[in-house]
Amino acid sequence: MGSSPSHDLSEFRLETREWLGANCPAEMRQPSRGEQDICWGGRDWIFQSDAQEEWLHRTARKGWTVPTWPQEYGGGGLSRAEEFVLREEMLRIQARSPLDSFGISMLGPALLKFGNEEQKRRHLPKIALGEIRWCQGYSEPNAGSDLASLQTRAADAGDHFLVTGQKVWTSYADKADWIFCLVRTDITAPKHRGISFVLFDMESAGITTRAIRLISGKSPFCETFFDGVVVPKENLVGELNRGWGIAKYLLTHERQMIGAGGTAKGPLSKKTLGEIALESIGVDDRERLRDPILRARIADSDIESLCVDLTAARLKDEASQGIEVGARSAILKYAGTEAKKRRHEILMACGGFDALTSVDNGPETGVFAREWLRSKATSIEGGTSEIMLNIISKNILQLPGE
Amino acid sequence: MLVYSEDQQLLKDSVARFVKGNSPVSALRRIRDAKFPLGYDTDVWAEMDTQGWLGVLVSKEHGGIDYGFVGASIICEEMGRTLAASPFIVASLMAATALHLSGPNAPAARWLPAIASDRAVVSLAVDEKPKHAPAEITTHAVPNDDGWILTGAKSFAPEGFQANAYIVSARLPTEAGTALFLVEAGDPGLTVERIPALDSRNVARLRLSEVAVAHDRLIALPDHGLEILDEALDAGRLGTAAEMSGISQEVFERTVDYLKQRKQFGRTIGSFQAIQHRLAHLHCEIETLKSVVLAAARAAEDDLATAKSLISAAKAKAESVSQLAAAESIQLHGGIGMTDELDLGLFMKRVRSASELWGDRHFHADRFAALRGY
Repeated sequence: MGSSPSHDLSEFRLETREWLGANCPAEMRQPSRGEQDICWGGRDWIFQSDAQEEWLHRTARKGWTVPTWPQEYGGGGLSRAEEFVLREEMLRIQARSPLDSFGISMLGPALLKFGNEEQKRRHLPKIALGEIRWCQGYSEPNAGSDLASLQTRAADAGDHFLVTGQKVWTSYADKADWIFCLVRTDITAPKHRGISFVLFDMESAGITTRAIRLISGKSPFCETFFDGVVVPKENLVGELNRGWGIAKYLLTHERQMIGAGGTAKGPLSKKTLGEIALESIGVDDRERLRDPILRARIADSDIESLCVDLTAARLKDEASQGIEVGARSAILKYAGTEAKKRRHEILMACGGFDALTSVDNGPETGVFAREWLRSKATSIEGGTSEIMLNIISKNILQLPGE
Repeated sequence: MLVYSEDQQLLKDSVARFVKGNSPVSALRRIRDAKFPLGYDTDVWAEMDTQGWLGVLVSKEHGGIDYGFVGASIICEEMGRTLAASPFIVASLMAATALHLSGPNAPAARWLPAIASDRAVVSLAVDEKPKHAPAEITTHAVPNDDGWILTGAKSFAPEGFQANAYIVSARLPTEAGTALFLVEAGDPGLTVERIPALDSRNVARLRLSEVAVAHDRLIALPDHGLEILDEALDAGRLGTAAEMSGISQEVFERTVDYLKQRKQFGRTIGSFQAIQHRLAHLHCEIETLKSVVLAAARAAEDDLATAKSLISAAKAKAESVSQLAAAESIQLHGGIGMTDELDLGLFMKRVRSASELWGDRHFHADRFAALRGY
């Protein structure tokens, strides 16, 4: 699929550049400022502007919301190398992503690998078009790091399952249209072998959601409660009781996404630690930051973040040459999130009193503090740092189990 | 792209095979135990010459292979893995860079071909204080009709003992800044004394008592001297960071291997989670070091003058990571880690020396910050 000889790629690059030039609205040629600029799509999606709507429709028509998916499912049918070129060309004009969703990043890849034809035809095009928005039902109050111990039950009721239980940390459950969910279908089997992967409509009867407030204020996380939810059996992905394999596949994907983000994110990352510190403190007579000890901490953090970002770039370059990231996504996640937390601690120190405004006074206030507090979650969500170290130990270093 | 080309991967494999066969850690041990003053094996140096590596940064015009900084750093990294002792970084990276940048001039014409094809060892005699401070020197050069008279002392010149020549930094009486001169072994007034080094490598202190150098020994005047010197130092910083990366990887791998075998309390000690987490953490640190060394080498290859902040990041990171790797490798080996019988102590000693060479992590964090505007 797709072509690899370099002369084809340069032709593709020219065509892509032309298409982007003609089709990407000017308003969409600015990087997102944050959560508020993301286009999630979905049944209830209200476009923030005509430009956002146009941009989604044009890219979706071309299959470029999901460039490497097969064309018969709404994708662009591009090779990895071509996708790389597309991303470069988009970056060149600062074109923002037309559509972001867990359907694109997580469910889609899972369906492509494990779904049957009917499921692919039913769900993938709607993801590609941004018509259906998905959320992920994994963690439970008693199943965090030990996800496989999950208890949400899917009882066999003939031609459908009845799902009862509770999920937690479900991002955007209150806004999503459908959910992909890990449920227990065999309570007698060892925990990993009684799990199934099912899909269902969040508008089904018996579902309630409740937003979770974090130390950083509002968040997209929700508690989600299921009380006898009807799930048709055709919504089972893969084999009954074999859902854990799909879950693991997706977790690796999720980890790569978080890791690929590197250390920069959010409005505060536009300014460097040095810039903020200089504003707060000023310089000495050698034009250096007047606090030499803070200066040293800033330099260490800058160097650490640089090395992490270069590692994300290196692994990405290797992937483009066919060397898969694999378990090394755990390296990116661990190193990236720990570096990010350290950066935010120093950022708060650089901001001083300016960083001490409350996070509870509306979205425009308390930006320093909100990002600092939110950064604490990054080493927990998507697999804790401790789990990452376990993965590195077992899968990369091949150290023996207990 | 932060990936090696096929050629570069072949070079890496080739150097790895070479050092394993020609200069394993036991070779350094022999040099140390014999108190061999040269601090390296001339046969190994000759073999490296046969491979063409000594001219890695010398232009083809001067007889080199001009393979670039990525190739040079690959050689350094693999040599780090076996503590292969040689004047490679100082002569082939640093002196070659200084001479290239200052040329065309007589020292470049005389010494670049000698470095590339004659195994010439040209050392840098720059530092005068206990900590690396290239701008803080008192060695001075007084001009006369025939050239200059150099007087001063250099405290720490790596590969300086029995070197063929030295690039010496000195002040001029009439202008601010640093000049660079080429002093040759045997020049009257030059005294070179071997320092018995912690890492068993060749290091010397120099005394210049009115050493007369002719006009054709000038490498650079103060408008350019410090600029050229800084780039030559950057070549050394990059090579040393790469060496420290190789050391880190080697001691890490030995430690993981040991922990998969060693049993206590009825189980392999590598199965204890506390131990696993320390190793996994160290693995991540080493991976990030590899990335910054490669990025710095690529940047240096594109344009050495603008690669400074990446090179400083690489040298600073190399110190913190290799120190952690060396310390953890000894600690995690338990009692035997402290013995001289194991090689780990040799690696740790080299890490300590390499940390001080050409600026330690403090020096480089400071330079990184200054380059970033704070």
